[in-house]
Amino acid sequence: MSFVAGLRCKECGSHYRAGKQFVCTDCFGPLEVSYDYGGIAQSTSRDAVAQRPHNIWRYRELLPIEGEPATGFQSGFTPLVRATRLAKAIGLDELYLKDDSVNHPTLSYKDRVVSVGITRALELGYQTIACASTGNLANSVAAHSARLGLRCFVFIPDSVEPAKIIGSGVYRPQIVRIRGNYDDVNRLCSEIGSQYPWGFVNVNLRPYYTEGAKTLGFEVAEQLGWRLPQHTILPTAGGTLLPKVFKAYQELKTLGWATGDSRIYAAQAAGCAPVIRALHDGTKEIRPVKPNTIAHSIAIGNPADGPYVLECVRASGGWGEAATDEEILQAIHLLAETEGIFAEPAAGTTLAVCRKLVEQGRIPKRESVVVGITGNGYKATDSIVQRLNGAVVLSSSLKDFQAWHATLRDSGLEPLSIHQGASR
Amino acid sequence: MSVTVRIPTPIRQYTEQQAEVVLNGKTVAEVLEQFKARFPEAGSRFFSSESKASRFVNLYLNDEDIRFLKDLQTPVGDNDTLSIILAIAGGAPCARIHR
Repeated sequence: MSFVAGLRCKECGSHYRAGKQFVCTDCFGPLEVSYDYGGIAQSTSRDAVAQRPHNIWRYRELLPIEGEPATGFQSGFTPLVRATRLAKAIGLDELYLKDDSVNHPTLSYKDRVVSVGITRALELGYQTIACASTGNLANSVAAHSARLGLRCFVFIPDSVEPAKIIGSGVYRPQIVRIRGNYDDVNRLCSEIGSQYPWGFVNVNLRPYYTEGAKTLGFEVAEQLGWRLPQHTILPTAGGTLLPKVFKAYQELKTLGWATGDSRIYAAQAAGCAPVIRALHDGTKEIRPVKPNTIAHSIAIGNPADGPYVLECVRASGGWGEAATDEEILQAIHLLAETEGIFAEPAAGTTLAVCRKLVEQGRIPKRESVVVGITGNGYKATDSIVQRLNGAVVLSSSLKDFQAWHATLRDSGLEPLSIHQGASR
Repeated sequence: MSVTVRIPTPIRQYTEQQAEVVLNGKTVAEVLEQFKARFPEAGSRFFSSESKASRFVNLYLNDEDIRFLKDLQTPVGDNDTLSIILAIAGGAPCARIHR
């Protein structure tokens, strides 16, 4: 049973039936899915939800589909990692990582939105699925389309990391590499969408697709025992994720399923920070920028939902910061060294910003903090590789290893003593 | 200067379903004035009185966002194309291949 009440224009409030329409015909503002919360509260409960399989569809009453889910049966319910060593390193008491770097099947938070977007696309009768992507979305759209046997076009900037191109190509979609940045790709897709009957998940399916991002917020609350963290820090690119996590928290409170309040913070790379600049300038208007950062997955200079990021950050009492590429790389290392998680630069950005906010005193040491880890470092190695310490290459002789190891000890890089002989 | 203006599907209900029109002007602002004069209903929905584009509509001259050029004062030349792009990005409620 569906509890979708319809689509509502975020600007002028006009109501529409939940169909293929994706912008308001009166003012061209974006549309938001609204629900019958009274009906949801009567029909299910958080205890019933807690009994369901561990995937995004456990919250299906709060997702915009009419029938049964088509894909994403293993997507979502990623670990919420209590990060004690990392917390200590950056001066916090209670830090959690929402680890979508291991989301199924394509290792980023995009599997949430794509599962919802494609399920809805099928309900609306689309047979060809497409997207404009910085890489992660293309991977996810290609994978879910493949398992459903759907025709698929993915449009990406030609600068996308090779691992992300392979991560789409293996599913055999039609990959279209565009000479230009993501904003150029998005502009082109918007024009293509006007001419071809294709379901672009992040263009003409956007009102439905973006709803999938709420599941990250639902899960955080549920995994904390139906309590909101006092602070939530999320990366911001096109502006999908942050407003939807804000909406998820509000929905849980409306339903009486979760308690607490969360301040929400936006993180951007300094080389692409149009939302943070507007936040710091105290304006509502977002001036587009030309991205220049190693954080390719969040290199969107003209964010479609940027104004809503500003609104949600301000309404929640949060803030935002930008991190330089150097700070992003340091944060990637810190996360790996303290928690054993290899995240992509977007997540490095979010962690670096968390660190800044703690240093600035905006996030108090003793309060609970969730940092969104939205993508996997193994896909972004090309951005990171030239900055990593090189590996050593040795022969297979133990003597060679011992000689090399001695140089490490002599240089003070190897503080641990070595066991003399076998310890067991 | 005659400039081709491309119109996204959701706006075509106010432009007699035309996907493209050729208009005259020396700057983006002048072309938009012509657009408003020709299609007053479309114009009033996404331009404020100062003829500034609304935040839900972006304008691209030959595929470049005019905010990276001289904004509304960007000069236009013959055979230029001015694309109106919905900020949330395009697509069609009942999309069909045109032409």
